[in-house]
Amino acid sequence: MHIMSFSERAYIDVPEDLIIENGSSYFGIPNTNFDAKIGSRLMNEYLDERVYAEELGFDGVMLNEHHQTPFCGGSVMDVEAAILARITKRVKIVLLGNPLPVADPLRLAEELATIDMISGGRLVPGWVRGAGSESIANNANPAFNRERFNEAHDFIIDAWTKPGPWRHEGKHYNYRYVNPWALPLQKPVPQIWIPGIISPETVIWSARHRYPYVALGTNLEPTVEMVNLYADVAAQEGYQAGPENFGYLQNVCVAETEEKAQELAKGFVYGGGFGSFARAEWMFPPGYNSKEATKRLAKAMTDPRTGTEIIRFSQGKVDVEEIKRSIDKNFQDALTSGLVIAGTPKTVLKRIRVMLETLRPGIFGTWYHHGPMSFEDRKTCLRLLGQEVLPGMREIAKELDLPGPFEVKPGSRPLPASGKRDSVVGALKAA
Amino acid sequence: MANQEWREETVRVGGTDLAYITAGTGAPVLVLHEELGHSGWLRWHSELARTRTVIIPHHPGFGKTPRIDSVRNVRDLGNFYTKALRAQNLRPIDVIGFSLGGWIAADMAASDPSQFRKMVLVAPTGVKPPQGDIMDMFILTAKAYLDASVHDAQSNPEFAKLYGGEPTPEQFEAWEDARAESARLAWAPYMFYPNFASLLENVVGLPTLLVWGKQDQIVPFSAAEVYKNSIPGAELVAFDNCGHRPEVEKQAEFSQHLQRFLA
Repeated sequence: MHIMSFSERAYIDVPEDLIIENGSSYFGIPNTNFDAKIGSRLMNEYLDERVYAEELGFDGVMLNEHHQTPFCGGSVMDVEAAILARITKRVKIVLLGNPLPVADPLRLAEELATIDMISGGRLVPGWVRGAGSESIANNANPAFNRERFNEAHDFIIDAWTKPGPWRHEGKHYNYRYVNPWALPLQKPVPQIWIPGIISPETVIWSARHRYPYVALGTNLEPTVEMVNLYADVAAQEGYQAGPENFGYLQNVCVAETEEKAQELAKGFVYGGGFGSFARAEWMFPPGYNSKEATKRLAKAMTDPRTGTEIIRFSQGKVDVEEIKRSIDKNFQDALTSGLVIAGTPKTVLKRIRVMLETLRPGIFGTWYHHGPMSFEDRKTCLRLLGQEVLPGMREIAKELDLPGPFEVKPGSRPLPASGKRDSVVGALKAA
Repeated sequence: MANQEWREETVRVGGTDLAYITAGTGAPVLVLHEELGHSGWLRWHSELARTRTVIIPHHPGFGKTPRIDSVRNVRDLGNFYTKALRAQNLRPIDVIGFSLGGWIAADMAASDPSQFRKMVLVAPTGVKPPQGDIMDMFILTAKAYLDASVHDAQSNPEFAKLYGGEPTPEQFEAWEDARAESARLAWAPYMFYPNFASLLENVVGLPTLLVWGKQDQIVPFSAAEVYKNSIPGAELVAFDNCGHRPEVEKQAEFSQHLQRFLA
């Protein structure tokens, strides 16, 4: 199993009321609230935490990219990755992911190749469509998001593998000269993983490309459905999916006592947490969603019996105290459901075991903090995870036979002789 | 619907089933709808339909007419309608364009003024306003954009009728179709072509009426001067206490001007 450490590297000095008053949205908060002195300190602490994660024995450090928001400090993730490539020695540098539709694919091909060379071949690139707000933050037409994703993906693979110079006249990208003198050290290309929040279209695309799919803190039940969907498509493609094809990112906060861990874990829902990433009109810019997704959204926003909770369009004045009460309730629900795991190493390991038994992933990310939390507490959390939880997870992975994608090549398992695929998940039970 | 004045039909145009709304009798008038789609049948439509055949095509990609993959900007869409007018033997035709529809009409006129007999542009997008910016619909909900389109929603009886009133799931989907296709046509630069004023100088010999609300929050009134100064002989009618929808906000005066100008 590949175990990695992750956090959003958030700008954690934003008052919670500000997020709530902004329509429960991190995106859109004026940057007059940003202090570069605090930003400078945080960025260096976050780099140190990744070096520390390597010392503690994690297999990978995972980074991500979001733009123009305090939610995530990775607006230029490749710069962080390039630094880590040099100051770490062993860990994989896992980028989940570069938002392809808003990038310049040729430049990205060069950046990633550079990181792979500096790191001595430790890069794991990962690619996303990007949250809807990335289209706004980067001025990339959301109505062509998926087309741009597909074209950029194919282009980068070509840029890494097809002898140059050559020319690309595509629908969305035009290059008169493609001949990069920066190519990945890993041949033919580094292993590519695809993170997401279980959109079926992306899951299917990943399975067809034999790319491991990493679900980002999604609810257990739909994640099981996603794993099954991936495995079905894999079978159609003629291979048996295994743990090496699946990853899961888990909110997990560890401290010396149960009480302290639970208190710190509230950071995961600070200001509403991921549910407050951006207001709906920014999450779903024009044409970003497929027709089917728009239909679901249309139903959800007008039918009070279904999912109104997730559809949060801008509304006038908000009742901050009432929203804080609902955040608190959501936090309790997340603890119960296992979306957030918090506690001492012993209790945390028990709950992680349930996740591993159910989802059977070969990649497991530990998202160890969000919201206000001191450097000391963050390091303690990392230390307890690394020293006391990680060894237990490795034992469980061995017992359950959960190889990671560097132990078994994703997409290399043959289908059983019957032609019917084997089961890929465990029985669904409460975490 | 009881006593519905209009009907919806489809015509095959160059491989596309173009859906349109039509009503009335008399010489045809082409109405090019705005960026949120066809607004629904309103009083000014009824009044015009007494003496004219009103034709309101649903732009390709806006839901009812299928999307055309090769249409990537307003020039492409104008080209589609130019071909449609020729194929249907409708040249020269009177045209009324609203907002994005006004830009499409003006672009067609700049390319070939002879395809129109007379042209009415109601607060068209297409040029960069000298003061202010065109309101960005892509970072707003359709409802918020609609609310911003009139100067005084409270005292306007027809405002509540726009797009059928309260948003239904079907209306939400229709708006999302319209927003998505508008993004394909005019994402950036937002709703204008940088050199459009120069192109408009080619609108020669085509009687043109510009109608604008002075309190327009969507396309700032300053853009009216660019249109007026660029199109030779264009007439500007400006309404005070009026936003982006003079056809609704100043309906009686709007209809009078229409009747006078199109006579």
